[in-house]
Amino acid sequence: MALDPALVGRGYPPSAVYEVGRQKIAEFADAIGEADPVHRDTDAARAAGHPDVIAPPTFAIALTLSAAGVVVEDPDVALDYSRVVHGEQRFTHHRPIRAGDRLVATPTIEAVRSIGGNDLLTTRVDVATEDGEPVCSATSMLVARGTA
Amino acid sequence: MTAAVRAADVAVGTELPEQTYPVTRADLVRYAGASGDFNPIHWNERVATEVGLPGVIAHGMLTMALAARAVTAWAGDPGALVEYHVRFGRPVVVPDDDAGARVTVRGKVGALGDDGRARVDLTVTSGGEKVLSLARATVQLA
Repeated sequence: MALDPALVGRGYPPSAVYEVGRQKIAEFADAIGEADPVHRDTDAARAAGHPDVIAPPTFAIALTLSAAGVVVEDPDVALDYSRVVHGEQRFTHHRPIRAGDRLVATPTIEAVRSIGGNDLLTTRVDVATEDGEPVCSATSMLVARGTA
Repeated sequence: MTAAVRAADVAVGTELPEQTYPVTRADLVRYAGASGDFNPIHWNERVATEVGLPGVIAHGMLTMALAARAVTAWAGDPGALVEYHVRFGRPVVVPDDDAGARVTVRGKVGALGDDGRARVDLTVTSGGEKVLSLARATVQLA
């Protein structure tokens, strides 16, 4: 069933707080083979002008993917996850994510389209500190094949 | 929070050093754990072929992360990447051997802003095929 265009603009409540651990940052950097010391060594991060170790630029996906999952599971959206592939991804960084950040992720449906029997769902997840400082936005376009 | 590369040393057309990154099945398992994306198409041949894929494929987000490495290695600071977009065009199929797949990243400065920001246009290939399209990273230069 094609997605309802009236879904565009629908917002969801903020996620629970995600606390960014320095070990998680190091684990993620290891997983992408990134050896830069700003991900592991506080002194190196400070020398580069950061208050603490920073996360690689795509680290936000570790929290925004599950936030976008809330949208996919919305009964009014209800995409069949086994048919979903990742079509596009965008990150806009206001500042790097860093160790000790306490972040909340807030999803919004930005666009829905149906093309060639596929449903396209674009979700923007705004990531901010729990105090409201904007950190980044992650926009994911998901393609559900053969569902429209 | 700015890069080691100075805007004054960059022009439209400046090319980034080409980088090639190997991606093995073990890398996919490690990335699944680090990112929390446990979709079996990234580690289970049976599931991958059942859904019509040629085999186990890399996480698109891993390919995106590798392409970002090429940009931030050039810029000199992973914190300098302010805007980054890719379209996942074609999957990176990762064979079940020790060599795995190879992802090659080329980049060229496509635009320079007055604010010292450079847009890098990326060409990301594996096995001679483009795997990302419309791949663009904006970096805050020194």
